[in-house]
Amino acid sequence: MSESHDTNGTPRYYVPHSSVWPIVGSIALFITAFGAATFIQQSTDKVLTATGTYGGIIFYIGLAAIAFMMIGWFGAVIKESLQGMVSGLLDQSYRQAMMWFILSEVMFFAAFFGALFYARLISVPWLAGAGHKLETHLFLWPDFAETWPLFMTPGGTATEAMAAWGLPFINTVILVTSSVTVTFAHWALKKNQRGALQAWLALTVALGIIFLILQGVEYVHAYNDLGLNLSAGIYGSTFFMLTGFHGAHVTLGATMLAVMLIRILRGHFTPENHFAFEAASWYWHFVDVVWLFLFTFVYWF
Amino acid sequence: MIAHADTIPPARHPLIAWILRWILTTNHKEIGTLYLCFSFLMFIAGGAMAMVFRLELAQPGLQYLGADFYNQMVTLHGLIMVFGAVMPAFVGLANWMIPLMIGAPDMALPRLNNFSFWILPFAFFMLLSSLFMQGGAPNFGWTLYAPLSTTYGPPSTDYLIFGVHLMGISSILGAINIIVTIFNLRAPGMTLMKMPLFVWTWLITAFLLIMVMPVLAGAVTMMLTDRHFGTSFFSAAGGGDPVMFQHVFWFFGHPEVYIMILPGFGIASQIIPTFARKKLFGYNSMVYATASIAFLSFIVWGHHMFTTGMPLVAELFFMYMTMLIAVPTGVKVFNWVATMWRGAMTFETPMLFAVGFVVMFTIGGFSGLMLAIVPADFQYHDTFFVVAHLHYVLYPGAIFAMMGAIYYWLPKWCGNMYNERLGKIHFWTAVFGLNLTFFPMHFAGLGGMPRRIVDYALPFADLNLVSSIGAGILGLTQFLFLYIVVDAVRGGSGKATGQVWDSAEGLEWTLPSPAPLHTFHKPPQVD
Repeated sequence: MSESHDTNGTPRYYVPHSSVWPIVGSIALFITAFGAATFIQQSTDKVLTATGTYGGIIFYIGLAAIAFMMIGWFGAVIKESLQGMVSGLLDQSYRQAMMWFILSEVMFFAAFFGALFYARLISVPWLAGAGHKLETHLFLWPDFAETWPLFMTPGGTATEAMAAWGLPFINTVILVTSSVTVTFAHWALKKNQRGALQAWLALTVALGIIFLILQGVEYVHAYNDLGLNLSAGIYGSTFFMLTGFHGAHVTLGATMLAVMLIRILRGHFTPENHFAFEAASWYWHFVDVVWLFLFTFVYWF
Repeated sequence: MIAHADTIPPARHPLIAWILRWILTTNHKEIGTLYLCFSFLMFIAGGAMAMVFRLELAQPGLQYLGADFYNQMVTLHGLIMVFGAVMPAFVGLANWMIPLMIGAPDMALPRLNNFSFWILPFAFFMLLSSLFMQGGAPNFGWTLYAPLSTTYGPPSTDYLIFGVHLMGISSILGAINIIVTIFNLRAPGMTLMKMPLFVWTWLITAFLLIMVMPVLAGAVTMMLTDRHFGTSFFSAAGGGDPVMFQHVFWFFGHPEVYIMILPGFGIASQIIPTFARKKLFGYNSMVYATASIAFLSFIVWGHHMFTTGMPLVAELFFMYMTMLIAVPTGVKVFNWVATMWRGAMTFETPMLFAVGFVVMFTIGGFSGLMLAIVPADFQYHDTFFVVAHLHYVLYPGAIFAMMGAIYYWLPKWCGNMYNERLGKIHFWTAVFGLNLTFFPMHFAGLGGMPRRIVDYALPFADLNLVSSIGAGILGLTQFLFLYIVVDAVRGGSGKATGQVWDSAEGLEWTLPSPAPLHTFHKPPQVD
């Protein structure tokens, strides 16, 4: 590994060795993407070449390869950090990169929120004859009436709405609380109170897991009792895509925090140097804020 | 002090060591070269597809292709040129030049840099493999409009969707790297308002990439779930709307257009002052104009869909906002002209390409203004006039800018001068070929010839024959360009000095030619 100090002792730039992990990651992503497309085709109605189940196997191999790459790549970075090779400048680069990455995630959710608002403000009213779209209404679906949640689609699929003040509200409280506990953990880390740090962080991870379990309960309720599923028109589409991608991000965030907990138990991080912990907690705040928008616009209003 | 390592233990076979070096490299210059070579390969692939459909269009009637294969060629041509040729070429230039221009030893996150490049060959392997799949390649145009891509898309569409996801990951990671490099690794004394304009334009481009590539990912994900999981995003029967796809797509698509041109603006702003032997006129206004264009790019997407059903108020809003873009763009064009005004100009090949860029990009800009007028657009929409417009901003816009950039910086990269005579021949044949190809399309389009249709009415026969001949000439010039570059790398017309161009300014010219593998171990001081 390389040195981080020049001859007069000022650490400035760090240019790493050539690395095997990026190419491993590229191949892993390719296997995953190719496997996912094949898997989806083989498990739904549009079969491409041969029926079979090998698409799923390729997909899971790809996911395992991605996990292998992440463990290897992050492991290398952690080793460098523990050896003190992360200078202030590199630390700053990591921080900025994480912030821009979170911005890109925000924009991913923005696409789905855009779809939600388009459906609520434009397409559903238009289908019911609002604005200059009266003919569409009269000739295609004259019986269609505008409601939100969309209990009956123009095509005639019925569903019930998910109530906001049951499980979703409890989940809101859980997630907001977890955002507070992760901040307490951060304060404890800055004061070097390792015991408090471990306790608050473990509590955060536990709250995240409880949130995910309750989301699972809610999905079962939606499918079994409400007739609310992906095929239940635009309300079901936006409901499941937004909450589903949010749930995936919570899973990712909780995994990140769990890894941080393991690292903390092994004695990593100092009050001054703990970028990875901060990155994971920023990510956690991000999924929390996304949830607040979800609760407001998907469940509540 | 910079810390770097000899890449591979020397015990390996030299060929394997050579291959591994390129696969594992974390060096910004090597990764820049990889990007540029890859994008040229894709440029030839996308160009070959254009040759195929121009051959078909040379005569009315159906000669060589069926309608479906024609549509596949048009679709892949668009996707490959946008995501495989233009974007990676600009990222390659950014990789090579941004660290040299801001006095940094490398990109801020070198391993991530390698990652963002090596995702691309796999993504395009997946996209191109769709040609050999049952049902053929995607055939609904690069804009992927629903329901053509959902209800009616061929099975290979799913591979396209995941290919787009890979390209998006690559672009986002690349953009994050560039933005962090620019914010974090500038040499002491290089304040933001002292940065070369190529760096400025790329900073803004990278911001646009981070903002819109995830939106495209969202759009194709909705496509995927509509295709396979029964969602109704783009289906009116479920309360969705096919037009919504167009809104989401063009919210990505319009900033994407500027992603493909802003670095070109930066390149023109580097080349013109060098060969006019004057400082760039209006540096500050150039920066502000670029930022204004980027801002406006987020609120003009509706001008791609004037005829697909929008309230009048929205059409007026998008029309006025689109026309507003002419103001900052005009600032730029006037600044380039004012830089040339009374300069001691010489016309080496990079300058020819830069001047050609200013003149012909402006033609494309004017046809854009025509398209921005709602009532006029009702006539022009989906005709060859649009094809002419977008190729005028992309070929003599983006492609000319990057070819000018390659002629301009190639001596710095390889240490040799290219053949100036051949460079000038390349420029003039390209100008001749591209105008022969794309100028008649204006008239075909105004006459009512629709785009994306394999056959056309007889009155358009002559115009299309001329376009096809021009396309053949333009295709051949690419091989002349390849020869000039290879010749320069292998010796060209002699060694280049470190300064290369006598009045070029900037940190990259303080380095020897060719630039050593690792540069700016110690950051230079900028006053």
